[in-house]
Amino acid sequence: MTLHSAKIGQPVSRIDGLAKVTGQARYAAEPHPAGMLYGFIVNSPIARGRIETIRDEAARAVPGVVEIMTHLNRPHSALFEKSYMDGLGVPGSPYRPLHDAEISFNGQPVAVVLAETFEAAREAAMLLEVDYERWPHNADFEASLHQKYMPSKTRSNYVPPKSRGNAAEAYALSPIKIEGRYHLAPEHHNPMEMHATTVIAEDDGTFTVWDKTQGPQAVQAYLTSALSLSKDQVRVRNPYVGGAFGSGLRAQHNVFLAALGAKMLKRSVRITLTRQQMFTHVFRPEAVMNIALGAQPDGTLQSMIVDGVTDTSRFEHNMENLVIWGLINYKCPNATADYKVAPRDTYTSSDMRAPGAATGVNLFEMAVDEMAYACNMDPLAFRLHNYSDIDAMHDMPLTSKALKEAMHEGAERFGWYNRPIAPKSMRDGKELIGWGMATGIWDAMFSPTSARATLIADGRLHIATAASDIGTGTYTILAQTASEAFGIPIEMIDIELGDSTLPECPTEGGSWTAASAGAAVWLACQSLREKLFKTLGKSGNISAWLTAGLSNNTTVLQDGFLQDKDADENLRLSLSEALSLTGQDRLEVEETAKPGLRGTISQMRKARFTHSAVFCEVRVDEELGIVRVTRLVNAVAAGRIMNPKTAASQVRGAMVMATGMALHEESLMDERVGRFMNHNFAEYHIPAHADIPDMDVLFVEEKDREVSPLGVKGVGEIGMCGTAAAIANAIFHATGQRHRSLPITPGN
Amino acid sequence: MRQFSYSRPDTLDTACHTPDHTRYLAGGTNLIDLMKSDVERPEHVVDLSALSMSQIEERPDGGLRLGALATNADTAAHPLVTERYPLLASAILAGASPQIRNRATNGGNLNQRTRCHYFYDPDMACNKRSPGTGCSAKGGRNRIMAILGTSDACIATFPSDMCVALAALNATVHLTGPEGERSVPLRDYHRLPEDTPWQDNILRTGEIVTSIDLPPLSFGSHHTYLKIRDRLSFAFAIVSVAAGLQMENNTIGKACIAMGGVGTKPWCVPEAEALLEGKTPSPSLFRDAAECLLQGAVTDRDNAAKLKLAPRVIIRALSQAAAGTPQSQTQKTIF
Repeated sequence: MTLHSAKIGQPVSRIDGLAKVTGQARYAAEPHPAGMLYGFIVNSPIARGRIETIRDEAARAVPGVVEIMTHLNRPHSALFEKSYMDGLGVPGSPYRPLHDAEISFNGQPVAVVLAETFEAAREAAMLLEVDYERWPHNADFEASLHQKYMPSKTRSNYVPPKSRGNAAEAYALSPIKIEGRYHLAPEHHNPMEMHATTVIAEDDGTFTVWDKTQGPQAVQAYLTSALSLSKDQVRVRNPYVGGAFGSGLRAQHNVFLAALGAKMLKRSVRITLTRQQMFTHVFRPEAVMNIALGAQPDGTLQSMIVDGVTDTSRFEHNMENLVIWGLINYKCPNATADYKVAPRDTYTSSDMRAPGAATGVNLFEMAVDEMAYACNMDPLAFRLHNYSDIDAMHDMPLTSKALKEAMHEGAERFGWYNRPIAPKSMRDGKELIGWGMATGIWDAMFSPTSARATLIADGRLHIATAASDIGTGTYTILAQTASEAFGIPIEMIDIELGDSTLPECPTEGGSWTAASAGAAVWLACQSLREKLFKTLGKSGNISAWLTAGLSNNTTVLQDGFLQDKDADENLRLSLSEALSLTGQDRLEVEETAKPGLRGTISQMRKARFTHSAVFCEVRVDEELGIVRVTRLVNAVAAGRIMNPKTAASQVRGAMVMATGMALHEESLMDERVGRFMNHNFAEYHIPAHADIPDMDVLFVEEKDREVSPLGVKGVGEIGMCGTAAAIANAIFHATGQRHRSLPITPGN
Repeated sequence: MRQFSYSRPDTLDTACHTPDHTRYLAGGTNLIDLMKSDVERPEHVVDLSALSMSQIEERPDGGLRLGALATNADTAAHPLVTERYPLLASAILAGASPQIRNRATNGGNLNQRTRCHYFYDPDMACNKRSPGTGCSAKGGRNRIMAILGTSDACIATFPSDMCVALAALNATVHLTGPEGERSVPLRDYHRLPEDTPWQDNILRTGEIVTSIDLPPLSFGSHHTYLKIRDRLSFAFAIVSVAAGLQMENNTIGKACIAMGGVGTKPWCVPEAEALLEGKTPSPSLFRDAAECLLQGAVTDRDNAAKLKLAPRVIIRALSQAAAGTPQSQTQKTIF
């Protein structure tokens, strides 16, 4: 087999694929340290109140039970709330597991049974009797709207909406108006891998924590702070993560409780959540948006008025960038938006794939469709008519926006231009056919990230950064980046991720990893290459260097060999030979990529976004209302695409999730008890294969030298944004009926 | 799950003579889940897999006998089933997933328990799971709950697809127990909840389903199993209809119809069947049948959609059966 450098932009298959399908890849619940105990969490059946008594005789009598950890006997953990703040936490008082007798949400852990086997732990958990004093609670979203508020301290990534013109007056004067209340049901992340932690109590008294997380260094910081441990006592590893979608952004209670148990008993502990328990923590907040749009008869938007509310818990203020997207993306002289959060007695809602935008963009794009129809305009033409080349909310230029190109290429691919405007104008037998479209927008973020590149004796290149690959393809794109930057075949590269001891990398999320970790690896590899050349030049072995027929000026490093750029292939040095010539057993560099790398970031402030145009065909049984999505085309403008294969896979995955948002996924809150009741995969419906058509993802060319050092924008979330709206809009086109609440389920 | 004893008897007689608090294990696709969720708490699990009850064989009267331990997958694929009872094969294939159908048995299908959220959650009051605790499905998130055959004590839906077809086909269930053998029409096998919802069916202690008989009955192509659910595969029915019509010169002879997803048991109304017989298929006739089938329906907080959908599904299913165009379970378009 000839080895080749796999450059950025090539459709390389996942380099970790073999490890995953053969079970070599180890996930958080897979290490089996000797003497490990199994922890099983007991959850509160009430939403608010306090624990009165815990009767554990029967539970303790189960053979194999070692300890039952509750607020009464847990070891010391940090006293102050601020010690439980995690890197991506939200303002408020973070939940402190087993801190005291108070219950703040249904499903709150009240005890952890630690036993020699999982079976014993679970049986004892079933036998534990806990009496509660019940306090009144409210878990009803509609009722919580009466208490909506703006937190005095906002989340660090919160973008406040910025008004322009006089929206109310312009709306009143607009000849064409639409107004509606749009709603999204709460959803749960439900990654394939349940949340789990294995804490290995090492002989030297330190803890190695295998956790399902998107940020090993954030979890390390959280544990050291919350459990009063020093940084060198805790190492967090997450080399493989079976999906997360945001559920692993913040340290979840399983990692705290497993570490607490290990600290208490000085033994290794594993805690895995059941699928049912996955419904006891984070979820995408329920949301309501009131949207009013005014336009001229020619389709020129005159006014946009958006107000939106998402839910949060009583103890933390989770906030989303919900209401800003239309104001940013559309040219409209008058616009205003307002955002609040509504508190209810549940756990704190949290970021789920494209937080804020998945909800805000989709609901807004449903309203835009209504306005296009009110103006009797084709929805694509309407959007082009109101197209903004700038961030219209901040009146700020953009690093790039190839949305127009995405709209045209997507429309072309879909065959949109043949579409009759009138709803209910296409049918096939008993099915009505509808075509809908929407646009998507998501942040193109960059975070300073470090990476280490090491050339080792056998000539292999070792890359390390504390990034997390949550199934997106990070291993692969970083290998491609290193391959191109250093000039070495991808097979000679080892990538090490998911370890808190590695060079600093922010928590994976927000679609920033490709741009950020990619840039860090690029920089480290370039730097290592220079170091190799420099060291070779300096070393006493110039003669060998020359014997090989190479000179400093004309030598290049490609395909893993130092060779003269013009000479034949026989005159070349392997990397292991080259390294031995330097007289060192390894060469290593660590670099940090910052936004200003290579001067690519302009001094002028610019806004940066990923865009997309989504086109959808649905068939709806006219009498029964059964919806089938039969075609989906998504044209994405996301800067430079590092790997079209893994990138398209990410976009497709998000489109599946967005199909669930449009048609299936809904966590059913029983507000009488504050619990999401359909807490299993039989009744929480994610799309099945039969629900998903062939999906066509295309990337439009978008050269952007400013957005990030490599011109990369990231694609993890953009597929969520617009897809659900395109489906809802297609249902309108098929049936002539507007549905303003998602999901749209049979019978509604 | 809690500790339990396990045995695998090799005679039916031994299997029938078991202590109290025994659960019989066949495919395990439902029982094991329920034990993990602490819903079922048997002290003894008696595994029936050593008994030879998996045959599918012709009856002298031209009917078919389905062994209780034959898997759903084997049953749906059996040539005699696909030839003579395509309605049953279709209903089986409309349920669960291939993996589950490979494990699940016919007897187990009859005895599966409701998917009610509140039954499945031991923290919630449920008369079916814990007699006398009340019904938290009433007034709760009950979109999937029954609208027919409910009581103050319980509104849980019986979830089977297969049993809906068996009910339409007027199958007979054979039982063996400590007191001997008996046979019960499938339509009488499941119970209404009334004030004892914990009793799903008429099984007595120690009784085991040994086989299910299908009468000699042919609808030609005039049958259908039409299932409406929240996604296009692998979900329990919101509303389903099994229908078979014996058509002669555009006149309905014998009519068989049963509903799933809407009742606390497979829902049959003989008057609705009688109403169809001897008539020429027409939308208004089917509407009348739907009205008759749905008489007495009661909706609760979230499940009004079932009542809205049900008549349309009945009418469509009867139209499919009358036209001889049964619903495909792979092609998702509903004709």
